[in-house]
Formats: sequence, structure tokens, C-alpha cells
Amino acid sequence: MATEAKRLPGSLRNNPALDLWIGIETDGTVTVRSGKIEIGQGLKTAAMQVAAEELDVNLSRVRIKTADTGETADENVTSGSRSMEVSATALRFAAAECRGIMLKMAAEKLGVPVESLSVEDGAIRSSESNQQVTYWDLMGGRKFGRDATAAFPPKPPQAHRVVGTRVPRVDLPAKVFGAPAFIEDLRLPGMLHGRIVRPRHQGAALKSVDTAAAEKIPGVVKVLRDGDFLGVVAETEIAAIRARDALATNARWSAGEPLPDEDHLFEWMMSQDTVEYGCVDGVHTDEPPPDTEPPADAKATLEQIYAKPFILHGTMGPSCAVAEWKGGKLIVHTQSQGVFPLRRALKNVFRMEEDDIRCIHMEGAGVYGHSGADDVALDAALLSRAVDGRPVRIQWMRDDEHCWEPFGTAMVTKVRASLGPDNRVADWRFDVWSNHHGNRPKPKSTESGLLAARMIENGLPPQSLGPAKDAEAGEHRNAWPGYDFPQINVAKHFIKAHPFRCSSLRGLGAFANVFAIEQMMDELAHAAGEDPVTFRLAHMSDPRARFALEAARDAIGWGKADKVPGRGHGIAYARYKNTAAYCAVAVDVEVNEETGAITVLRAACAGDAGEAIAPDGIANQLEGGVIQSVSWTLKERVRFTPGEITSVDWESYPILTFREAPEVETVVLNRPGEKFLGVGEASQGPTAAAIANAVFAAIGVRLRELPFTPERVRKMIQEARRG
Amino acid sequence: MSEQFKLTINGKSHTVSADADTPLLYVLRNDVGLVSPKYGCGQEQCGACNVLIDGEKAFSCSVSVKDAAGKQVTTLEGLGTPEQPHPIQAAFIAEQAAQCGYCTSGLIIATKALLDKNPNPDMDAIRVGLQDNLCRCGAHSRVFRAVRRAARELAG
Repeated sequence: MATEAKRLPGSLRNNPALDLWIGIETDGTVTVRSGKIEIGQGLKTAAMQVAAEELDVNLSRVRIKTADTGETADENVTSGSRSMEVSATALRFAAAECRGIMLKMAAEKLGVPVESLSVEDGAIRSSESNQQVTYWDLMGGRKFGRDATAAFPPKPPQAHRVVGTRVPRVDLPAKVFGAPAFIEDLRLPGMLHGRIVRPRHQGAALKSVDTAAAEKIPGVVKVLRDGDFLGVVAETEIAAIRARDALATNARWSAGEPLPDEDHLFEWMMSQDTVEYGCVDGVHTDEPPPDTEPPADAKATLEQIYAKPFILHGTMGPSCAVAEWKGGKLIVHTQSQGVFPLRRALKNVFRMEEDDIRCIHMEGAGVYGHSGADDVALDAALLSRAVDGRPVRIQWMRDDEHCWEPFGTAMVTKVRASLGPDNRVADWRFDVWSNHHGNRPKPKSTESGLLAARMIENGLPPQSLGPAKDAEAGEHRNAWPGYDFPQINVAKHFIKAHPFRCSSLRGLGAFANVFAIEQMMDELAHAAGEDPVTFRLAHMSDPRARFALEAARDAIGWGKADKVPGRGHGIAYARYKNTAAYCAVAVDVEVNEETGAITVLRAACAGDAGEAIAPDGIANQLEGGVIQSVSWTLKERVRFTPGEITSVDWESYPILTFREAPEVETVVLNRPGEKFLGVGEASQGPTAAAIANAVFAAIGVRLRELPFTPERVRKMIQEARRG
Repeated sequence: MSEQFKLTINGKSHTVSADADTPLLYVLRNDVGLVSPKYGCGQEQCGACNVLIDGEKAFSCSVSVKDAAGKQVTTLEGLGTPEQPHPIQAAFIAEQAAQCGYCTSGLIIATKALLDKNPNPDMDAIRVGLQDNLCRCGAHSRVFRAVRRAARELAG
């Protein structure tokens, strides 16, 4: 049995019960369940499309429920662009099987062979009789009560009527008409409002606090100090905010360890103690690679350093949760991307039974990885416990989110590449320095990934951090180049000291790694005297990769750049994780040499995500990734002094505005019948490199350090002009 | 010190009891039950809380309930309904101009303020009209398309 279960596709493997996925309700609707969540990526709509397709019901009959520890499959975390691959695949097979089971039931009931049956909008008809029966009559509100076998093959792609079509997102109307749509909008009877007070250095401890001023504010119900954890609960949200201000004014924190010099961050990173690892054929190895010399007959050898600072997820809506305790049981309404892992983490902190905790997902603002969503859930649970279990809603304030969300780690890469006599890459050496990426709450009971756990008395220490060893995880992601090079060495240097808590941010290491690889490819093309597209194609044997690159090239009008000084085209490509979506991005930029300001005038993005369930959803992800990456590339860097984080709002941590955003053209390369490939994080890395390459095309200056702020660009131009 | 304030919101009169300096945002969300304006920064930096006050775009996180009293406040809920959408709302749906949607309310309000003043904005005017609103998901390109579509629809 165990070996059979192993063969089940996608998330059915660990969650085979059909009832976890599909419910045939008595009111003529179908309930689809997914353990993954909607984060603006269109998951709900795509999951509904897949189920409607396989069941042959109209989309209007389909309802969806997502991640709830009381109801859905445990699909761990919604991350890594894997929802279509694992959850939609599971749903596809589960729905096909449910349809098959119901056809058998119908055949028996109608006394006709199964082969004579067809389904239209849930009504089963036989070509051999005039009778018909519906799913809803057949099931009569019963459950399937059995595990999936995957013995019912899904439809062939040519039979698809719903999958692959542009269906309006089901979650949008509420957001466009102002209906409650987000966790922020949840109001429970008797609900109180909480706020947390935290310092601006992540290692500071609470020395003392005078709570009198806060407690005097009308409406304040409770000030809670538990170790270094300081929070307040009030009848109204504004009273909680005022009390938070009063507490912050009267709290004294110890100085934490001095932070590195932000202007010499990359030198600091490369000089730290590291754990050394390697990578062979894309797979992690504990042995670092050997030091090698460039080939003796190399025509040219280039060596460059490319770097990316700490950046923020920077959600528009600071983290929010509502928690309540009822009869010793904890209920948390959460925007966490992993309700089951959150439940395990809460169990460890409160030292209680997992079954006594329910984590129910509600949509929040987009977070693009691991934000403060899990942390605020524990904050709310702690404050609720302090007010006899009454429901407490917390939304972090803007500076809480900026200073305390787990950052996306800074990374430094060093690439040494040699061209052989044939102008093709003969040797490739890639070194990457990084702090930790994946730091979501893990199940270990003696430590905790939740922030407040380390702050409270009798809490748990922070979870230990180590290098990512899984394929394409952490700093490893896309460190291995996706080109046909005869010799590749990749070395990973995991930095032991970590000035900040970091965790998964969209693309993980892929952003910095692709930025480096794709800029080096451009530099090599120029050294070889070849067009950057032609040069890349000469190292690409995968036809789908070539097709994506050519599609982006054609969409931007490559080679037809205005021959205007300061204007240029740039292009870059990567296959996300080397196993997921193929993506190429081309940009048209303008550089103002006097001010140093870079404007991305236009971007074109071509993506191949295998079979497209929701083509517009794919386009939206690619497009959003491009624009977010323009922001990271041109503007973003977490600022700090030795004593504190100084990026505390949108003025001290500016992001791309509507004034600066390019228009993006997207080409979705649909491959019916091919495997779903994760696409949500595919366009970020190529965009950054494409911009750098376009700047070089425009003004002949290489920008290898992110972000490309006007001051920095001006300085680089001056240095280049001085020669 | 709680005081009574009379507010006109989406054409309807409301009396609320709040401290005079309470930002309108919290009154709308928690006392009146209109949740479309969102808290994003509390400092007029992101526009997630945008509403119209006497037809002008305003940051409800920074306008006190006292200052809003006696004026006409319009939130997203006051524009249209799924059955009878405002052309701007219809355009945002037609262009699928959002990802997470947290900034959408503020963007639709900002678009309303823009098109009320300039029914036929060029790209520069659209960019300036939306420059006080942030979007983190990168829906900008779609939002541009939605604003252009709304302008066309409104022009008939």
C-alpha cells in the first residue's frame, strides 16, 4: 500500500482522501478545497478551473475553501511557485476520479454501460436511455469516503474547455467593490484591538518600561509585559495605537550588537566566517569545489563581483491576525502562508496539543514570501490569552513591519568565466556568499521560528540557521547556470554571522544569482564581439529555453533600439530553479547621465509555464514580477546605522511609484499537455540583469551593485569617464 | 474625550462618537463598517486609505474625524455595486488590474479623483494622478490599462 500511495500525483501523495479535495453539496454546488492559499496570484480561480474542467460542471457552481487546519489538506506552505504543480495536479486527479466514481454510480442506477455516459454541467446522460441523473442527486450530500487511486486519467488537453481560458479572478469583485475581503476586515463579536511595541534593533532587550501613561488612556484594557515582549490591548483600535505610542516613549531597550557598516556591507560579508559547500550538476554537496585555474588556451577570462543588499518584502498591509481562546482551545485567523506549520509552531510555544489549535487562513495583502504573518499570529494569541481569551485583532504598524519582517538576505556573487578560442564559454566558476533564506517556522519543539517566542519568559530560542541543502533551495537557487558549459564549479559560502533575521523572499537566491549570471553572459558576449542574444543561443540546447529568449527578443524589437544617446535595450533569461518556468525579459531603458536616473520605459516578458491553466494569471505573475524587480533593482536597500534599522517607512525605504513604472508586455507560451511549471517568481532575476545590460548598451557603464540609485549611477558614470 | 460627530458618507448621514483627533480611517472601518479604506502606513505615503472628501482625494489615515465632519465623504463602497458598477470599477475588473488587491480601493479612488478633473488624461497625467499610491505586487501596467479603459467608457 505504501508504495502505491507514493505514486499518487502532487499533494495527493500525502493527502489521498478525496473528500479533502472535492465535495458534492446538496444545493447543486461543488466545493473545491486546497491547502494552498490565495495571495493575489489567482490560486483560487485556477484551482476552480481545474476542478470544473475535470468534473464537467460550470464554473459558476464551484465554490472554494482554502487552507484551514480544521478542513483542508495539509499542503504545508504556499511557496516556491509550486501551487499549480502540487495542488492543481492533486485537484485535477481527484476531480477526474470523483467524476469517474459518480459515472459508475450513475451507470448502475440507470442500468446502462459507463461508456454510454456523458456529463454536462453535472448532469449525467446516457446515449442508450432518456434518463439522466445529476451529481447532486447521486451523492445526496454524502462524502466519497475513500482515498484517491489516480486510476482515472484526466482529460487530454484538446478536450479542455475551461482550463487554458481567461476567466475573471473570483476574488477580485469583493476587492473592487469594498466588501470584506481581507483578514484586516474581520470583526468578531467582542473583539478587542492589540498593538505590539518593539525596538528598532532586532537584538535589543527590554530594560524597563513605565506603563502608567499607556494605562491611563481611556479604552486600554491591558498592558502586557512578558520578558522582552510588550503589547497592549484596548477597546478601540485608536486607543491601542495611542497606548503603543505611549509605551514606546517610555520603554528603554538595551543596545544590540553593532550592525555592520551599510556602505561596506559586501566587503563585510566576504570577510566573515563561512561554512563552505559546493554543488555538482546542480545538486548540493558538502564538499566545496576545487580551486581551478582558467584554461590555458582561454581567449579571455572575466572576473566580476555582483551584489544585492538586504531588501524588504514590504507588504502594503502590515501583518495582521485575530486570535481567541475558547475553553483552552486556540483559534487563530491568519494570513500565514502555511497554516499547518503555524499550528505546529504555536503548539510548541504554548506547549499544548496540536488538535486544540485551529489556524484558519484569510487573505491578506501580498507578501511575496515569509513576512510577519506568522509572528503576528503568536502576538495576537499572547495578547488574547492576557485578556481571558477574548478575540484580539492585531495589525502591525508600518515601522513594525519594516523593522521586524524577516528581510530578504543580502548576497554577493563572484563569477569567473573564460572564453575558449571558439568564443564559447570554456570554464565557469561561481561563488556565492549569503545569509539564510528559508526561515519559516519549523516543527522542532525546542526552538521557534516565531518572533515573540524568543521574547517571552519561558519561551523558546530562535530556530537554528544553516545553509540550504535541498536542490535549488536558498542561496543555491539558480546558482547553477542553465547553459551548456563544458566546465562548471559552484561554491557556496554560508555566512555564520547574521545581523538580521531573514527569510524566504520571492525567488530566494535566484534573484541575485540570475542577476550575476545574466550580466556576466552579457559581458562575455561583448568580449566575444557577439550579439548578446546570439551568444546566449549558442549555449542553449533546450528548445523551450531558446523559444522564450527569442519571444522576448522579438517583443521588445531587439536591434531596433532608438539610436538615441542614453537609450538601450537589454535582455536576460533564466529557467526558474532550473526546473520550473522558462522566462526571458527584455527592457528598453533611458539613462539620464547628468542625474544618474534610470527609467525603464518598456519591458517585454516571455514565459513558458508548461500547460497554462489561467493564462492571464500567468501573465499577471510575470508582469508583477517584472515591475517588482524594477523596484528592487532601481531603488531598494534596507538602511541601518550601527545601532538601529533606519528603513522604517516608505520614505526611508522607497519603492517604485506609478510615475516610474514601465508598461509591460507579456507573452505567455502555452504548452497544452506539458507539466505545470511554477511561474510566480520567474521574471525577477532576468529583469534585474536585463536592466543592467540595457544600461550598458545605453551608456557603456556596468552596474554590478544593487540598487541602481541615481547617486550610485552618477558615481559609476564619473568613474568610467575618468577611465 | 469622546465627542459626537455628524458625518455624511456615501450620501448617508452617520453620527459617531470618537475622540476629535481620531483619524477618519478608523472611524470608517470600525464604527461605520466601511472596510474599503485600508491601513498601510498612517503617514500619507501609500494611498491605501484614500477616500474622497468633498470630491478631493484625501488620506483618511491623516484626516481627523473632526475635520471630516460636515463634509461629503465618499469611499469605494459609494461608487458602485457588482450589479451596477461604476465604470472605473468595471474597468479594473475588465483589465484584471490587481494582484492582492489591498491597494485597489485607494487606486480606484485616486482614479476617480483624476478623471473627475481630467476626463481624458494622457500617460503623464495618469502617472501623476496615481503617484501618491503604492502597489507592491506590480499591477501598475494593468492599472494604467484600467484607467485608460475607464476614461474611454466615461467619455462614452
